[in-house]
Amino acid sequence: MLNRYPLWKYLLILLVFIVGVLYALPNLYPKDPAIQISAANSSTSVGESELARINQTLEQAGIAVKSQESTDGTALIRLENGSQQSAARDVVSKALGQGYTVALNLADSTPQWLQGIGAKPMNLGLDLRGGVHFLLEVDMDAAIDQRLDVNASAMREALRSEGIRYRNNTTGDNAIRFTFANAEDRSQARQLLNRQYNEFSLANDDEAGPTLVMMLTDQAVTDIQDYAVNQNLTTLRNRVNELGVSEPIVQRQGPNRIVVELPGVQDTAEAKRIVGATANLEFRLEASDSTSADQQQAFDFRNDSGRRAALERDVIITGDRVSSASTSFDDSGRPQVNINLDGPGGSQMNRATRANIGRNMAVLFIEHKTRTRTVTRDGEQVEERVPYTERGIISLATIQSALGNQFRITGLDSPTEARELSLLLRSGSLAAPIYFAQERTIGPSLGQQNIDRGVMSVIVGLIMVLAFMIVRYKGFGLIANLALTVNLTLLIAAMSILGATLTLPGIAGIVLTLGMAVDANVLVFERIREEMRGRSIQQAIHTGYERAFTAILDANITTLLVAVILFSIGTGPVKGFAVTLSLGILTSVFTGVMVSRALTNLAVGGKSLKKLWI
Amino acid sequence: MTQIDFMGKRKAAYIISILLTVIALGALAVKGLSLGLDFTGGTQVEVSYAQAPSLDEVRDELGEAGFGNYSVQTFGADTDVLVRLQQTFDEGIGEQVLGALRAQGEQVRLVRAEYVGAQVGDQLRDQSGLGMLIALGVVALYVAFRFQYKFALGALISLGHDVVILLGFFALFGLDFDLTVLAAVLAVIGYSLNDTIIVYDRIRENIRRSQSSDLIRIFNDAINQTLSRTLSTSGTTLLVLLALFFLGGDMIHNFSLALIVGVVLGTFSSIYVAAAMLLLVKLEREDLIPAKRENAADDGMP
Repeated sequence: MLNRYPLWKYLLILLVFIVGVLYALPNLYPKDPAIQISAANSSTSVGESELARINQTLEQAGIAVKSQESTDGTALIRLENGSQQSAARDVVSKALGQGYTVALNLADSTPQWLQGIGAKPMNLGLDLRGGVHFLLEVDMDAAIDQRLDVNASAMREALRSEGIRYRNNTTGDNAIRFTFANAEDRSQARQLLNRQYNEFSLANDDEAGPTLVMMLTDQAVTDIQDYAVNQNLTTLRNRVNELGVSEPIVQRQGPNRIVVELPGVQDTAEAKRIVGATANLEFRLEASDSTSADQQQAFDFRNDSGRRAALERDVIITGDRVSSASTSFDDSGRPQVNINLDGPGGSQMNRATRANIGRNMAVLFIEHKTRTRTVTRDGEQVEERVPYTERGIISLATIQSALGNQFRITGLDSPTEARELSLLLRSGSLAAPIYFAQERTIGPSLGQQNIDRGVMSVIVGLIMVLAFMIVRYKGFGLIANLALTVNLTLLIAAMSILGATLTLPGIAGIVLTLGMAVDANVLVFERIREEMRGRSIQQAIHTGYERAFTAILDANITTLLVAVILFSIGTGPVKGFAVTLSLGILTSVFTGVMVSRALTNLAVGGKSLKKLWI
Repeated sequence: MTQIDFMGKRKAAYIISILLTVIALGALAVKGLSLGLDFTGGTQVEVSYAQAPSLDEVRDELGEAGFGNYSVQTFGADTDVLVRLQQTFDEGIGEQVLGALRAQGEQVRLVRAEYVGAQVGDQLRDQSGLGMLIALGVVALYVAFRFQYKFALGALISLGHDVVILLGFFALFGLDFDLTVLAAVLAVIGYSLNDTIIVYDRIRENIRRSQSSDLIRIFNDAINQTLSRTLSTSGTTLLVLLALFFLGGDMIHNFSLALIVGVVLGTFSSIYVAAAMLLLVKLEREDLIPAKRENAADDGMP
């Protein structure tokens, strides 16, 4: 019994270790606090002259710049001092004016040669870097109701044009109902609608007169919901990009929820307003004397309380027709929004204004909001959301000439409001209302504190385990310690390669792994001690590793199963814990069995020993 | 090798286990778990004062600002205050609370603000309970597959014992049970099972190797043979957990505490409960013999 590995096994283990070290290495380079500057619209760009201006501004403000780089119209300014980061953003943002997005960033400082092989540090979770986390819930019922309303009005139109008269039309419970005077009308209508609307299943109901019930099919309901969530995801991505946050996360979670994570953002109020905003615009003509009363609607002015105006019910266009929007100031320094309409929007606007020169056109600002109130139902407190819509006129101006697809809107409160409105118009409106189901804000100091504490626990934990193993198993303790160090390296490398996110519970998972990883070695060493009675030393080593193997395998597979379950139910930080725990189990089986065996073989294999230092 | 008559003292261990379980169940029934924000829903704001405030004053200020149904406690350092509100969320609640607390001109900084919708909390609660049951079920199946169903039964009871007492511990001392603590409970299931399987593996091996039908002796041997390993691993794990408990910060304080208690329980239960249960479910030598095919699993050694 010689206890030797073939050469290729040693080389393989060495290779794995070297790869591990290389990919774990980027984590040792601290990230630089930085600001990132990008062009907010196509008319601006970040070039040499802007860089020079940025540098000058920062110098004046006494902010030390470490280095700067610019790629693809985006500049990254690394700062010497993290505490000056937000000051730097403010002065740069002020100096460059609108048209540029200035965001806080933590820039990798991985050296070029490591980046070349694709090595990058672990992502840090929000609890380690600060920022906001939103869980948004898409109101599916509202999405369906909206679709039903659109369909119902098209159906009414179709019935009218075919001369089929109906008495009553209601929508609700995923269905559109038409009540007719007699069954004959109903069968005519049924024939007509059946052809055109195949996402509905049709049925007759005679309880309250001859009624046609058009029920959305399950497939159609799913499609509408999917569409609503995906549309909202797109809109939210656009909005978040406009916010200028580095490495934001916007992703779907489950059937009707969307997670938005904005690292580094501290002003939650602004982030929330923009993420959750449902503002839109409508352009309508002011009612004239010839407008009949039922075609009129009166609205208050948004910024001029007490003033009201009656508008026509017909909408010329809505904000959905806006293709781009930006803000500027008019001659008297008031904020204005410059709007570009898309093709169809432009021609609709042109047609409507050409025929109505001299009349007034109003811009109506619309915002869908909800109030949450707690009601007691069946003796239980239930939260109920009551949606309501706020509409207010922001401007009412005389049409001087036919408008094309470019014009300006004035009458806004403040530059901030103008900026937000243009942002919302650019990014598009939400397909269905969303609610904030969960929200977390983590201050930046807490993030750094968590990192420091986490790293401290890892170091102290590691030292204690190393000391314990040396005392308990002497020479073999050294082998276990080497294996444990390799394990920690491989774990960090695996997390970096997989792009896993490190969270505070994730660090706890690493610490826990350190404690549990020596288990495999402990099992083997105890077994070797046992087997040394009555066997040669080499025989004992061999049997020790062999006998302990099934126990190691069974014990680790079960723990892995639990970690996988934890991964599937956990969210955010807890998922991070499950990830490190699972990866830790995999690496510790490798190091505890393969690496420690290789080291043992190298150290004592093939020698005739009288005594084992264990 | 040590030779302790563990099985001979199993009556005493039964009594301790039953006593702890009864206390735990009692605490759970009477006091209940004090569920954290993750599960209850609501709002919580952590702020940091330049100088330690008086909690009564903080409460008064919140009351004057018109907040209802709030609780105030220090969090870690006595300059850090955690305000919990059972109200539904309001835009910029963090700022509102800060505003109220700054009323007297104190220097207060927002550390974090969290809001969890009631529905999300409910869902998570159901999901977590289910997750815990699935975890127990899956590992029991695995043990039944790799060993034998009587072992699975023993492991399940031993894990249930750990989980119930751990939950009871949190209920008894009114410690906050949040999502990280749940993660710790699941990790404890994993850890305790790990321990149990090592003992079971040895019991299986010893039954196959010996001709004796004296199960009590076989169990005693197995526990004694693995005792040194059990204590070493628990030792290193406890060492790192203590590091985490004292150095890891407030956000994972309860998490580390749950793991520490869980590891101690898991060690105890894998020595006493798991093996003793095999006697109660009447494991017999014949359950594992003939076991020719089991050797197949021993192939593919490193």
